[in-house]
Amino acid sequence: MDEQNRERRAEVVCPSKLGLRAVKAAIEQTQGPEYWRSLEELAGSPDFQEMMHREFRRGASEWLDSVSRRGFLKLMSASLALAGMSGCTKMPLEPIVPYVKQPEDVVPGRPKFYATAFTLSGYASPVLVESHLGRPTKIEGNPEHPASLGGTDVFTQASLLGLYDPDRSQTLTYLGDVRSWSALVEAIHGPMNVQKTLQGAGLRILTQTVSSPTLADQIRGLLKIYPQAKWHVYEPVNRDNALAGAQMAFGQPIETQYKLENADVIVSLDADFLYAGFPGFTRYAREYAKHRNPDGNMNRLYVVESTPSSTGVKADHRLPMRAIDIDGFARALASAVGTNGVNAGNSVASVEQGKFITAIARDLQGHRGASVVIVGEHQPASVHALAHAMNQALGNVGRTVLYTDQVDANPVNQTDSLRELVQDMKSGKVDLLVMLGGNPAYDTSADFGFADALKNNNVPLRIHLGLYQNETAELCHWHVNQTHYLEAWGDTRAYDGTVSVVQPLIEPFYGGKSACEMVAFLAGQSEVRGHDLVQAYWKKQYPGADFDLFWRQSLHDGWIAGTTYTPKQVTPKAPNLPLANKPDDSIEINFRRDPSIYDGRFSNNGWLQELPKPLTKMTWDNPVLIGPSMADRLHLKSEDVVRLDLDGRKIEAPVWIQAGHPDNSVTVFLGYGRRRAGRAGTGAGFNMYSLRTSSMPWFATGVKITPTGGTYKLATTQGEQTMDTPVGSRPLVREASLDEYKQHPHFATEEEPVAKLSLFPGFDYKSEPYAWGMAIDLNSCVGCNNCIVACQSENNIPVVGKEQVMRGRHMHWLRVDAYYQGDRANPRAFFQPVPCMQCENAPCELVCPVGATVHSTEGLNDMVYNRCVGTRYCSNNCPYKVRRFNFLLFQDWETPQYKMMRNPDVTVRSRGVMEKCTYCIQRINQRRIDAERAEQQIRDGELQTACQQSCPAEAIIFGNINDPNSRVAKQKSQTLNYSLLDDLNTRPRTTYLAEVRNPNAELKTSVERS
Amino acid sequence: MDDRTDDVTVGSAPVIEPGYTFATVTDKISAIVLTRPTSVAWLFGFGVAFLLTMMMLYAIGYLFVRGVGIWGVNIPVGWGFAIVNFVWWIGIGHAGTLISAILLLLRQSWRNSINRFAEAMTLFAVACAGLFPVLHLGRPWLGYWLFPYPNTMKYWPQFRSPLVWDVFAVSTYFTISLMFWFIGLIPDLATLRDRSGNRAAQIIYGILAMGWRGSARHWARYETAYLLLAGLATPLVLSVHTVVSFDFAISMVPGWHTTIFPPYFVAGAIYSGFAMVLVLAIPIRKFYGLEDFITERHLQNSAKVMLATGLIVAYGYGIEAFMGWYSGNRYDTFLLWNRLHGPYHFWYWMLLVCNIGIPQVLWIRNLRSSPVWLFLISLDILVGMWLERFVIVVVSLHRDFLNSSWGMYYPTRWDWMTYIGTIGMFLALMFLFLRILPAISIFEMRTLLPQAEVKPE
Repeated sequence: MDEQNRERRAEVVCPSKLGLRAVKAAIEQTQGPEYWRSLEELAGSPDFQEMMHREFRRGASEWLDSVSRRGFLKLMSASLALAGMSGCTKMPLEPIVPYVKQPEDVVPGRPKFYATAFTLSGYASPVLVESHLGRPTKIEGNPEHPASLGGTDVFTQASLLGLYDPDRSQTLTYLGDVRSWSALVEAIHGPMNVQKTLQGAGLRILTQTVSSPTLADQIRGLLKIYPQAKWHVYEPVNRDNALAGAQMAFGQPIETQYKLENADVIVSLDADFLYAGFPGFTRYAREYAKHRNPDGNMNRLYVVESTPSSTGVKADHRLPMRAIDIDGFARALASAVGTNGVNAGNSVASVEQGKFITAIARDLQGHRGASVVIVGEHQPASVHALAHAMNQALGNVGRTVLYTDQVDANPVNQTDSLRELVQDMKSGKVDLLVMLGGNPAYDTSADFGFADALKNNNVPLRIHLGLYQNETAELCHWHVNQTHYLEAWGDTRAYDGTVSVVQPLIEPFYGGKSACEMVAFLAGQSEVRGHDLVQAYWKKQYPGADFDLFWRQSLHDGWIAGTTYTPKQVTPKAPNLPLANKPDDSIEINFRRDPSIYDGRFSNNGWLQELPKPLTKMTWDNPVLIGPSMADRLHLKSEDVVRLDLDGRKIEAPVWIQAGHPDNSVTVFLGYGRRRAGRAGTGAGFNMYSLRTSSMPWFATGVKITPTGGTYKLATTQGEQTMDTPVGSRPLVREASLDEYKQHPHFATEEEPVAKLSLFPGFDYKSEPYAWGMAIDLNSCVGCNNCIVACQSENNIPVVGKEQVMRGRHMHWLRVDAYYQGDRANPRAFFQPVPCMQCENAPCELVCPVGATVHSTEGLNDMVYNRCVGTRYCSNNCPYKVRRFNFLLFQDWETPQYKMMRNPDVTVRSRGVMEKCTYCIQRINQRRIDAERAEQQIRDGELQTACQQSCPAEAIIFGNINDPNSRVAKQKSQTLNYSLLDDLNTRPRTTYLAEVRNPNAELKTSVERS
Repeated sequence: MDDRTDDVTVGSAPVIEPGYTFATVTDKISAIVLTRPTSVAWLFGFGVAFLLTMMMLYAIGYLFVRGVGIWGVNIPVGWGFAIVNFVWWIGIGHAGTLISAILLLLRQSWRNSINRFAEAMTLFAVACAGLFPVLHLGRPWLGYWLFPYPNTMKYWPQFRSPLVWDVFAVSTYFTISLMFWFIGLIPDLATLRDRSGNRAAQIIYGILAMGWRGSARHWARYETAYLLLAGLATPLVLSVHTVVSFDFAISMVPGWHTTIFPPYFVAGAIYSGFAMVLVLAIPIRKFYGLEDFITERHLQNSAKVMLATGLIVAYGYGIEAFMGWYSGNRYDTFLLWNRLHGPYHFWYWMLLVCNIGIPQVLWIRNLRSSPVWLFLISLDILVGMWLERFVIVVVSLHRDFLNSSWGMYYPTRWDWMTYIGTIGMFLALMFLFLRILPAISIFEMRTLLPQAEVKPE
């Protein structure tokens, strides 16, 4: 067929009406949760379908000529690049040709795993990425890597959705119009030449925290070519205070690492080290949980915190305290543990606090060398310096605390760095500003005026490299679409300094450049590939002849051997502390990174937006957290709107009453209120950066709170956060102190019914080869939410949007309930992950009229989606309410990116069907097939559910309970093992190990069981 | 002594006012269908009901397009208005068969004036009820999977589920009720055939009358068939709502898992059924001047039935509350607290007022014979019985075992449109019925006349 004919035929088949631009405009009008719906409506319209058909490069939609496999891939990526959203509306006219030569290692249906690493604020999470025929579908921790040990965190898990986000920037633009890469090359040629003559005096590079050795080396190389140019670093959630604290204590930038496996007593001063975002969290969670064995060594955790956090929930003793008062507390504690040169002065606020300090100090001194004081990045340098001094005084250095080089390749005070840049911009010194990632027009503190400086044409040429066309891209001349870390080469460092090579899993969907490639381009190497850049750098570092082997080994393992930092021998000086804060009774406001969307960079990530925040279980919003007594004083209820006024900067936002929040203080979370985030993130929540100042980025006093009288609906996923009812408490989470546990080892099962009553003989599960079961150790669970995202990713669980969450229709198969008990000012708190209980006596199965939920011989409560007609009776009869129903068409069936993302082993459920946790039956069957082919049993540990695999604390153990030697059987044989709602005789296969706390006998606080 | 004579004359009010002959009874009842012109009021009433029906169809159409998520149902409240309305309509549908079958077997001849439209009401109510179980499915187009039928999918219903029992109970009930109603209509259809001046009507009524000529043999067979059907229908009156109550009682939800449910549901059904009979009968006798046929006696008797069943229902509530306390079960105790003080407490108190409080005025004789008062009290009972189902379905579900999974249920406009739409459909069918078929059984009314008495020699 000749070209002309083909074209004519294609036109006849499908003339085009609706343009891509019109579609984009239509989509951009919708935002937030609405987008899930409108996208679907739009995609259903005939005009749209037609557009989809036409928008492709010719050939992609018609398949009029035979295409090679390579050509197909090219077309696919090209089509995606052009279209953004598309759907195959037509089957290929030509037969699909199988491989002539089958690649040896590609087996359809058998995923492959590649090691790479995700980086958040400079700290790497080493991962293994599951790849199905070239499509990354799931992210797992790298079990061999010391920073992961198989666990991940929520941001790492959800970064997969980031790759497939249809709102990602897909083209290079100049003032909003699509341009080619060569246009940028041409446009920048002149200005760069000018800079060369000026030695780069007008060139500024703004990056986020960089820990990539290659990128840092490249930028330094660039600065050699342009000696007057400057490299600025800024992230809104930075570690300036930790850095300044290290400077204060050691006179040099030192990174602090902890060895919690050696720590019997842990004191956290506002450090949320048991939640994602804290460098080394994944490892720390594991070490913390490992060292919390009621039958062996059990650590004790004291938490003093300014806003309730996961770490606070796990504390044996928790003291809510305003952030500003923690400095005084730290001084008093340091003085009490005998740190040289620290004088408590009169910084202790109350007798009770004094007793608390004395008790902690005594406990710390009793565990010299086996204790640790950890400080959060929100606390000022003086508290960090005090912690260094305390750890030194307690002999912890080298045992529980290690000092190493900085992971950050350019450890500067980021606030100062940005301030300098803004001044230069305002004074017209900057001719060419290149921003590598980041969104400073949105996430810089209000007093910088960064966006204004950018807007006012002080900078003649502005280039932005980013994953999204965000608020900053909008104010730049050129925007270059960045490659996602799963499509680009790079390298990065974990918290312990170990370098991982970041290797791509897939060709870039939309072309684009990585940061390395962008810097190479600025340095004059326009066409060099990321792979060559990274390899070239490491060739320099590893000059050995067997570089190929070294390189392949590094890629295979996921890290480069020998790059782990060795601990440094440094001794902190006696801290030269600034004068203590004067007691200040005005209301404090805390600014915190959001537990779900961090600093706003994940705003368009539906998984994270809909991830219930660990304590409030809030989704899609960032209300102002306020303590119960303060709310009573101000006559506020949750969802009441208040106006916050901090030195004339105002914002209106709803409040949420948070039990355990310190009095006279409120907490706001950053990252919301985005103007240009994408369909999921735009318009969700409130922009708290508008209240923040560079001088007091983490907390400030003097905020005025005025109720406006309005209300604002918030979407939480948990109905009630107390186990108490007006007619008595329910034993959902069972807990005892260590002493009580020693005296009554069976405390958790005291309410067990006498016998497992039944009129009928039970099924003989014992004679089956497998009986699947799960044990969840509530003592280990730190409520990090990781299992929820892992489950969502593994099981193709849809995002439903804020409105549907408000209606109670979120779809998470696994939830983590957070409960409070006791005094609302400082309650006892618990986490309880709840997947399907897989009851042997399942109430859901009995009532299904169509047999859509049935029991397997291995004890699984199976869901047959195809049979389900949607009576929802099973959910009504499920006492655990773990079943989820597709009330509407929640799955996005249209967006091609999501089609590529889904796990091909798991059914994509449609409207009107019930679904629930399956114990990852696809994984069970996969392993079973393998085992049967090898004519053996599935061995313990070979098979992990998604939640179990991602859990950094190993709180979830799954396996064959018929095998008495399996880990799960051993867990279940412990006396702590209990079934939730065991009096209902449902005989759940998922059981819990009761929580044991280790309170200090000296302290009588609400943490203790009365 | 003939019971029937006694029935007619005993008590203050007769079942039929004196002064009628066979001919005048026939004239009066058949005139409504055959000779009277269609009134403006009828047109208006039917028009409104028809519009409401259209609204229901629109709501159902949107439901099929978008899914059951347009309603307020969620997790934990998986059943909402649909099941509330289903049980409410099924309950209303109880009165007809009770009046027709059980009262026939018990030889309560006063039933003759109201059984015809009570049966029609039953059919229409069950038709309304039957919509909801299908509509509330996530995939309504697969609703037929609840029936056992041979198929290539190797698919068979799960017979342990009370929903499958429901399918049989309701469909059997509807079938028997329809048969009963139709067989009872045959002699009257023949009357209409004979009296109609319109050729088309003659043909249609003629076909429906199935060749009825009123011969003694016809009557003998008719009586046998009617009695047999009454015998078949009688257990159904008890079984349908018993099975419906199993939907709840079989489950383990606190507030559902109760052995008292079957009798208490049946009593409640009769309670609301009689209320609906009165809500329809009172305006009909007024507008069509049928006070002579539907007399104070009927109102009195219906009121007494309501009073009795209302007390059984009250006993049911009392036992539920007592067991909540006496069982000591933490979930049942909480359920009681939650009904009395929880977020829906207003509706629970309203239910007690509507179903137990207000109907107690029926002890007053004068109110029992006042059509206006009875009409209002009957409406109140209908509201109360609807609230009862709301409390059972929603309030039990919204806070069950795990505090973390508690939620709230808020009906959406689609819930309301569907519910009000079925009321419209019910009324529209009733309006059509009044115009097309004799609303009161002509031949059975004639047996009540003194002339029909068979004098022993």
